[in-house]
Amino acid sequence: MIEVTDLTKRYAGRTAVAGISFAVNRGEIVGLLGPNGAGKSTTMRILSTFLPATSGTVRVAGYDVFHESAEVRRRIGFMPENNPLYLEMRVREYLKFRARLKGLGWARSRSRVDTVMEQCGLTDVRRRIIGQLSKGYRQRVGLADALVHEPELIILDEPTIGLDPNQIRSVRQLIKSLAGNHTVLISTHILPEAEMMCSRMLIMFDGKILAADTPENLQRVMAGSSQVIAEIAAPAEALRQAWLDIPEIEQFDVSAAEGEFQRCALTPREGHDLRPQIFELARQRGWPLRELTRSRHSLEDIYVQVTKRSEEEEEG
Amino acid sequence: MNIYLTLARRELAALFLSVTGYIIISAVTLLIGLGFVVLLTNLGTDPTPVPVTEMFYDTYFFWLIVLIAGPVITMRLFALEKSAGTYETLMTTPVSDFEVVAAKFSTALIFYLVMWLPLLACLLVVGHYTSQPGALDPGTVTGTYLGIVLVGALFISLGCFASALSRTQMSAAIISFVLGMCLFALGFLVDNLPVTAQWQNSFVSYFGLFSHMRDFARGVVDTRAVVFYVTLTLVFLFLTLRAVESRRWK
Repeated sequence: MIEVTDLTKRYAGRTAVAGISFAVNRGEIVGLLGPNGAGKSTTMRILSTFLPATSGTVRVAGYDVFHESAEVRRRIGFMPENNPLYLEMRVREYLKFRARLKGLGWARSRSRVDTVMEQCGLTDVRRRIIGQLSKGYRQRVGLADALVHEPELIILDEPTIGLDPNQIRSVRQLIKSLAGNHTVLISTHILPEAEMMCSRMLIMFDGKILAADTPENLQRVMAGSSQVIAEIAAPAEALRQAWLDIPEIEQFDVSAAEGEFQRCALTPREGHDLRPQIFELARQRGWPLRELTRSRHSLEDIYVQVTKRSEEEEEG
Repeated sequence: MNIYLTLARRELAALFLSVTGYIIISAVTLLIGLGFVVLLTNLGTDPTPVPVTEMFYDTYFFWLIVLIAGPVITMRLFALEKSAGTYETLMTTPVSDFEVVAAKFSTALIFYLVMWLPLLACLLVVGHYTSQPGALDPGTVTGTYLGIVLVGALFISLGCFASALSRTQMSAAIISFVLGMCLFALGFLVDNLPVTAQWQNSFVSYFGLFSHMRDFARGVVDTRAVVFYVTLTLVFLFLTLRAVESRRWK
């Protein structure tokens, strides 16, 4: 669906995107993950034909975004950053206007607008002026607009930014429901969000793609160094001995928590999940276990991890 | 064509369903009214051979309206979409740049013409109360309105160009006002040049907005003037189109 080869975008004196390549297959939901200023929005603007690339080629559904821009635009639904809308228009009026702009006939635009309003939960506010709607509803209007002409590819730039948790949940569900029929490219800087929605993630940093994999695989790579915290009520000495006996534990630290409990921070060797073993140990010895968690990785950790890896590869 | 109509409808709605649109219309109506008062004082009681339309044009309220209303109507066309970000949603739909420019220009021109309707009422009042049956000749009225359309088209296309260049409405308004003032000032130059028939002189005389308008207000339609306005309007529309396309060159 999307083929990006050696895409570079330079603004005056600054490289926003530095020679990235990736491909997205039909029906996938792909997350473009990265901190602010990583080049996500620029990449999306180029994909949506709004900006030209400095060099490299981008093809969407087999059409070049620069030379066959009209064909590409017919096939994409794009929701830019901050979801700009005509605030003085009414919801239904706006969606009909957008449907007509995207080349839908009169009758078809009517039925499609009704369908997407239903799909995005906008039926109750169809006569309201967009400027008076809450941010969550506006976001849904933007999504409905991106969907209205049944595009093959939907590009959403930060679709959940600035929403409250309930609104985020409903927007995520909506996006998940698009899988299969549409190809979706979403940008976000929230890792769990990408994990939840996407079948594949591209991690962008400083204009480059550092990693491209499924959330599970990325998580596994990360898990290699993630600590497991276990709080067990047992004598500290016995715990230390137990940890020494498990070969998969590289490092451990036992400190006293309140009461009889000891707080153990355990670092596994590459790629191991220690949790089942710890549970088994506590069960066998009859030690009460009140907490067993693996610290989750924040996006920052992943960047640190991935950048470290790529530096090592370069050096090696 | 369908896309053009859809765009034009939304542009018209944005102009006529907003408070700004009505503020512009009210302000212009006030200026036309003031011009009308001045005109009535000038008319006095003595008979005069000068057509009423020319007298109105001579009050200079006319130029005030054109110079200010042009930038005010056009400043939002592209600049507002850019600053609000809707330019991105608009240009990523399968619309052509030409359709966008055509829709924005034509609706601004329609708004400008609606804005001038109160003048017709003023002229009718004069026509009704005058003792001379020939005071309000249909020819002079048509000529005046033709002039208004042509001058308007030029200033609106100029404003479109300024707006397509700018990111904020304020800078769009300033650019188009300055460009408009330059054209306007050329008119002074023409009026004050020595009447020696040199080529510079005849060249500059094409830019004599005052003399063009005076002719139109007398009911004289000079094809040179018509060609001048139409050509310059097309030039600015072409530049607007290039400015809209320019995001693909960057």
